[in-house]
Amino acid sequence: MQQRNRLEPYFENLVFEREDNTMVVNFGPQHPSAHGQLRLILEMDGEQIKKAVPDIGYLHRGMEKMGENMIYNEFLPTTDRMDYIAATSNNYAFALAVERLLGIEDKVPRRAKVIRMMLLELNRIISHLFWLATHALDVGAMSVFLYCFREREYAMDLMEEYCGARLTHSSVRIGGVPLDLPEGWLEHLNWFLNKLPEQIELYEGLLTENRIWRMRLEEVGVIPPKMAKQWACSGIMLRGSGIEYDIRKEEPYELYEEVDFDIPVSDRCDSYGRYLLYMEEMRQSIRILRQLIPMYKETEPQLMAHAPEYISASKEDIMTQNYSLMQHFVLVTQGMRPPVGEVYVPTESPKGELGFFIRSEGEPYPYRLKIRAPSFWHTGILQDLLPGHYLADVVTIIGSTNIVFGEIDR
Amino acid sequence: MRPYRPKDNVQKKSYYTDRFWVAPRIPEEPVEDEIFKADLEKVQESIKIKKAYIQRGQLVIFIDAKDNVQTLKILKEECGYDILSEMSAIDYLAQDGEFEIFYQLLSMSKRKRVRVKCRIKEDAAIESVEPLFRSADWSEREMYDMFGIKVNNHPYLKRILMPEDWVGYPLRKTYPLHGDEAAQWYEVDKIFGKEYREIIGPEQRDAAYISTTDTCNFARIYHEVPRCADPNSEPEQIESFNEDAPLVETFDLKKSKIVDKTR
Repeated sequence: MQQRNRLEPYFENLVFEREDNTMVVNFGPQHPSAHGQLRLILEMDGEQIKKAVPDIGYLHRGMEKMGENMIYNEFLPTTDRMDYIAATSNNYAFALAVERLLGIEDKVPRRAKVIRMMLLELNRIISHLFWLATHALDVGAMSVFLYCFREREYAMDLMEEYCGARLTHSSVRIGGVPLDLPEGWLEHLNWFLNKLPEQIELYEGLLTENRIWRMRLEEVGVIPPKMAKQWACSGIMLRGSGIEYDIRKEEPYELYEEVDFDIPVSDRCDSYGRYLLYMEEMRQSIRILRQLIPMYKETEPQLMAHAPEYISASKEDIMTQNYSLMQHFVLVTQGMRPPVGEVYVPTESPKGELGFFIRSEGEPYPYRLKIRAPSFWHTGILQDLLPGHYLADVVTIIGSTNIVFGEIDR
Repeated sequence: MRPYRPKDNVQKKSYYTDRFWVAPRIPEEPVEDEIFKADLEKVQESIKIKKAYIQRGQLVIFIDAKDNVQTLKILKEECGYDILSEMSAIDYLAQDGEFEIFYQLLSMSKRKRVRVKCRIKEDAAIESVEPLFRSADWSEREMYDMFGIKVNNHPYLKRILMPEDWVGYPLRKTYPLHGDEAAQWYEVDKIFGKEYREIIGPEQRDAAYISTTDTCNFARIYHEVPRCADPNSEPEQIESFNEDAPLVETFDLKKSKIVDKTR
């Protein structure tokens, strides 16, 4: 069926010459270093950017709407698709928000907490390795990309060994974790933890004192502390501007109070400072993981919280106890009914502050579910950050903000 | 007869609720925390506070919608809540004809979080807090995009996630999950024009459309029939698999080769 097409002809990178020597460049949405579907409309004077307008929404799937039409357990796998680089951190943020809404946060068994923390820190390493790989690739260091993906593969293998999935893990449940660690997993983790530090040294050897790397990153994308606060930056974007705030330390959840780790802060405010922080954060994650291994061995084998109104009983109980079976049936077909009220729960995801705001009206479906994704504001800051920089620095700045479009557009 | 369903809230609802079941509530604790108490008193000096309580460790303040900028200014400049980590709205149009707007603030020095809430009518507009918090720029755009709440004095109030020519506001309770009519025909309307809706037809519009009667263009799952066969014909019975029959009929060990285990 040939119909007259009403779309006007549209040329992607058409340059609009103006009389005053400014031009408009359309960057993305299909640009290899736009980290997904970012479209930037750049008004340029020669090579210098005068005005930048980020345009998002190309990956909008309406997750908040979907969440309002799903029971709580049903929505959990959907959160995988937000920050798909570190899916467990989304699962966890959602599970924690629902647990706090239900008031069963303290009932989560200790073993589940240790496993969750292991997965979270492993995901942080995966995410940071992915960031370093793509950022280095954007700036031009091809070999770092290959090295990073090699180590990321080992971490992904660990995730696969635990939950069977490599990218969309869904490895956390509301009230605990579904599975215990498989046999030999801790040894494999230990092997990985022994291997990773020397690899991080390898990356640093390639990059930290590299003249090109420093020229491309230093004094590029400077975010003064005031601007970082104004734009509600979080995570490394905030700590890279000299403000020490890590939700794991300041508003601790899980067992982060019991483990010993440092929060690296840099007051350089530029992309290079943020790069240094990413490297240091990976080391701190290794440190946390090392402490978790003996903690795991001291725990009782229970994995799910005991809260019969909200959480299904164990498989064994369901198969043997009549009441557990009935309760399980109700929870699966109708869903849990949390109390009336609302809760906002922030967590420290690899990208920054990932929060879930849930308003419950006592129904099995959330009345309002708002996802506070850190990348949303880290993209918004581009309109203040980019003017004054040169076109070649745009790629560096987008890279160092570590944005993922799954969670910006949701 | 189909049961009547109210049109002001088309979200999914539980198909069964016990008539006598009363949902428990998360306790709303009085403001006894020292830091919160001091902050609340500071706000109270110049702002009329409708209600204030602590829920799950966070202070919640209800104010008039016209006081929103003033309240956030006091909280930011005098109480140290200098980060607006989140803001959006909740749709209560069906119940009260109002939106509830919330501002989620964080004080990094005190490690405390405050939620400021206000209600506005459906057609009312709210004052922008963008001069105080730059992050409200995008949040308010998202709120406008999703709920259609107008924001006064916003520097660039345009849709952010949806296309600019989108009809309707997706996060309102009256908006169905699968989109309204305009959403379903969005591409057709835009590319060909509205008059082509009938020519193209719903089955061409829907990329996920599957016909069970059309055997020329669609495979029939579980009931395979030859291409373009009569759709009403019964599928041929598949002979049951004979488990005793050997897969390799003539097996000769001498002719076969044994592969070394090299790995």
